[in-house]
Amino acid sequence: MSADIDAGGVPELQESDVVKIPRGVRLREDKARGGWVLLAPERVFQLDPIAQQVLMRVDGERDIAAIVDDLAQAFAAPRDRILADVRAMLADLITKNVLEVT
Amino acid sequence: MNTPSEARQSPSMQPPPIGMLAELTHRCPLQCPYCSNPVELTRKREELDTQAWQRVFAEAAELGVLQVHLSGGEPALRQDLEALVASCAEHGLYSNLITAGVNIGRARLEALADAGLDHVQLSVQGATAEVNDHIANLPGAFDKKLAFAAEVTDVGLPLTLNTVIHRANLHQIPDLVELALELGARRLEIAHAQYYGWALQNRGALMPPREQVMEAIDLVEAARERLKGKLVIDAVVPDYYARLPKPCMNGWGRQSLNVTPAGKVLPCHAAETIPGLEFWNVGEHALGDIWQHSPAFNAYRGTDWMPDACQSCDRREIDWGGCRCQALMLTGDATQMDPVCELSPYHDEIQTLAIVDSHKDDEFTYRRFSRQPA
Ligand code: SF4
Ligand code: SF4
Repeated sequence: MSADIDAGGVPELQESDVVKIPRGVRLREDKARGGWVLLAPERVFQLDPIAQQVLMRVDGERDIAAIVDDLAQAFAAPRDRILADVRAMLADLITKNVLEVT
Repeated sequence: MNTPSEARQSPSMQPPPIGMLAELTHRCPLQCPYCSNPVELTRKREELDTQAWQRVFAEAAELGVLQVHLSGGEPALRQDLEALVASCAEHGLYSNLITAGVNIGRARLEALADAGLDHVQLSVQGATAEVNDHIANLPGAFDKKLAFAAEVTDVGLPLTLNTVIHRANLHQIPDLVELALELGARRLEIAHAQYYGWALQNRGALMPPREQVMEAIDLVEAARERLKGKLVIDAVVPDYYARLPKPCMNGWGRQSLNVTPAGKVLPCHAAETIPGLEFWNVGEHALGDIWQHSPAFNAYRGTDWMPDACQSCDRREIDWGGCRCQALMLTGDATQMDPVCELSPYHDEIQTLAIVDSHKDDEFTYRRFSRQPA
């Protein structure tokens, strides 16, 4: 793990960090209710379209910089803002133990 | 984005369930005195066969279920568990094996993982062999569980440790947290005993004193804060000493269903204790039909059935009036508000009852099949 976990348990993610969806957590479409979900032990996270776009790019190989570049291009949005959002979202999911830094 | 969604559907249609508890069998090598199975256990010859379960999983996925909890009794006593896991995987269902971990060897565990098992939830009855094996009434169980936990993490499956808490193991909460960390669990469930079924029969042996319960809540909270990002700790809070009821099942017939070994579909695992409810069986009805139309599911759905005090209360769609089974057991009327609620006329009575039971010195009545010809 290269990300530092501070005392409060919230990781400070670097652009060079690579995150992955660990075994036991699954991203899938939820046809019955619409949208996408992240399934974890005893928990179901309903994803908003942005979270879905981010997580679909989390493959355990691309680093955060690459994911952000891709999103900035796909949505023609300012990279800084995307980086901030992606960082916050991934850090939150890491704290909830449904994402891991490789 | 982190709460299960409310479905947008026509008002006459119930939003689909998210989770399904599949009680594959009532057979179990352990005899926990708080077991949530009914006191009248279903025998092997009445269990659904492989094909019936596979059809249930297909229908569940079609209906919108996302997660299946393969439970029991001990689900690994089913010879066809691998095939059932494979069936869940085939239909995109997230499968969670809820096991006591005393009868699954390495080869079988690997076969289950290969079949697509997503997660293992291992029960421990205590944090030491002495406490664990006494509560489970099975010598050697604890060592087997430790060995099994090591295999689970070695195979690469995520592990949750689950402990039901009561008077005989409440003092071990810090040890349970340590044990979960040592075993490499990613999640720890500390669930205070819920007093239905076997636990109700054993209330005088299980009910902890109030001060210890409060202390335990603080301990769990502190551990949860300290281990954020490392270990998820989920706690099911103890009921009888509370002022507000728990949102039992997140509302009757709202998010989950429970299929018994013989194929009856229940809104919660204790629902059969409520007299007069008509449950439908997967042998006679499709799961979606049962979810929408079975009388038992519609009996306490929503808020219409509620007593006036709940109807005019802000929390009616937060706790849904609490637990129906508990209302029945303690007041004799399943349409009462859960007597844990401060506004219940029975509230003081059950607090007193808990305090009295916590001072009793009863022996365990262990869970077992009744002595009738098999
Ligand atoms: S609670 Fe104990 S006796 Fe009941 S099914 Fe689970 S392990 Fe078996
Ligand atoms: S009055 Fe009913 S809805 Fe309000 S808190 Fe009590 S049980 Fe819940």
